Amino acid sequence: MFTRLLAIQASWNYELMLGPGLGFCIEPALRLLPGGKGGPAYRAALARQSKYFNAQPYFAAVAVGALARAELDGYPPEQIERFRTAMCGPLGSLGDRLVWAGWLPFSALLALLAFGLRADATSVILVFLLVYNAGHIGLRIWGLEAGWRGGLRVASSLGGPLLRRGPAALSRAVMALAGVALPLSVWRVLQGLPVPPVPESEVVRAVGGVAIASAILFAAILGAVLVRLHSRVEGWRVALVVLAVLIIYSVAR
Amino acid sequence: MSAELLSILPIAIVGAVLGLDVVSFPQAMISRPIVAATLGGALAGDVTSGLVAGAVLEMIALEMLPVGASRYPEWGTASVVGGAMAAALYTLPGAAVVSIFASIATAWAGGWSMYGLRRLNGLWVRRERDALDAGQPGTVTGLQMRGLAADLARGFLLTFVALLIWIPVASWVLTHWTLGRTPSHVVLATVAAAVAGSAAWRISQGVKLARWCFLGGLVAGIAIMVVRQ
Repeated sequence: MFTRLLAIQASWNYELMLGPGLGFCIEPALRLLPGGKGGPAYRAALARQSKYFNAQPYFAAVAVGALARAELDGYPPEQIERFRTAMCGPLGSLGDRLVWAGWLPFSALLALLAFGLRADATSVILVFLLVYNAGHIGLRIWGLEAGWRGGLRVASSLGGPLLRRGPAALSRAVMALAGVALPLSVWRVLQGLPVPPVPESEVVRAVGGVAIASAILFAAILGAVLVRLHSRVEGWRVALVVLAVLIIYSVAR
Repeated sequence: MSAELLSILPIAIVGAVLGLDVVSFPQAMISRPIVAATLGGALAGDVTSGLVAGAVLEMIALEMLPVGASRYPEWGTASVVGGAMAAALYTLPGAAVVSIFASIATAWAGGWSMYGLRRLNGLWVRRERDALDAGQPGTVTGLQMRGLAADLARGFLLTFVALLIWIPVASWVLTHWTLGRTPSHVVLATVAAAVAGSAAWRISQGVKLARWCFLGGLVAGIAIMVVRQ
């Protein structure tokens, strides 16, 4: 079941979303039902578990463990379906806040910090992948186990202090890391751009003090504008437009 | 098959594998720009240029929250394209700008390709609906395998076509490039920093002491830069 969890989103679609993936993950456990694979109990359970479902993919492990346990414990289908529907919201919102808005940017900024501190390519990649996947794999293992242990009473596991306070703590860590990593990363990018790259002490002379001061001002203003307009404009689109204007200007002048 | 097409093939294969990681399998984030662009650069002969491109793209991609139903740029294959181009063209002024632009544009197209893939998955689900509702063994496994195969093909095609298009376009643009390396790269670095900074700010909105943490980090970062001079 754990290996299948890694592919839970393989058939993600707008109709059933994670539903078929959830059924795929639970299917090995359902073979233990009376009648075995292909038996009436197996088919009914598989059909039930392949219906519409949505959650953050790592936290879906909680649902997989809990629903597998509930099916094997013989809970009434209506109760299982109610539980299934109720899990979508909490597993989605908690997962989005903790993983996509927390652990992922935290790990990415840690890698950028390593980059800014002049680590080599292998070290930067290893920092990111080892840190991120320690959390990723750990979360899936915990989720599957917590779901299996708790069954339909797994909700209490989602109220633990780590999950309640984790998102806020990660947000603060993300902001602190951003403050350290971004200037150091930009500095290394500027250092590496002259060909051949110049020593760090020569960057100001090579790039120019006025250029660096203008860059800081430009970055601060653009950043403030992006924060203000965040619901209407995405940063990557702004970056695309700015670079397009730069390219057209450079070619056309 | 021409030499150019053959040289693109290994990069397209890596793009396929990393494109799969974005959503389908295993979501271990080997598809994040800082990893993918570095790998693309290594394949194209210069891992450092790939790493620098990866860092710039990672800053731009920081704001992206890959929440299930939303449509977002697909950074896995796009970063392989950007890293490979940055490595292949790095001696030319403007190469970094053009490579990052090509990568972001490819990520945009990649987002649409993922939308198409999800629609295709939905079509397959509708066709197998009776079998799904009957709990037929093998139906869900078949749907998952089809989804995986389609996503792998999507990533391969996107990387291959993107390189086929962007390499000649970049060559033409860089032949006519007139702006100096310094101003264009300063703009590139600061745009990336602005997007990343605003992303971090937005992620932490409403969290107590978050802005003080940012300021504290900034002081530490600047102190490190000064000490290293």
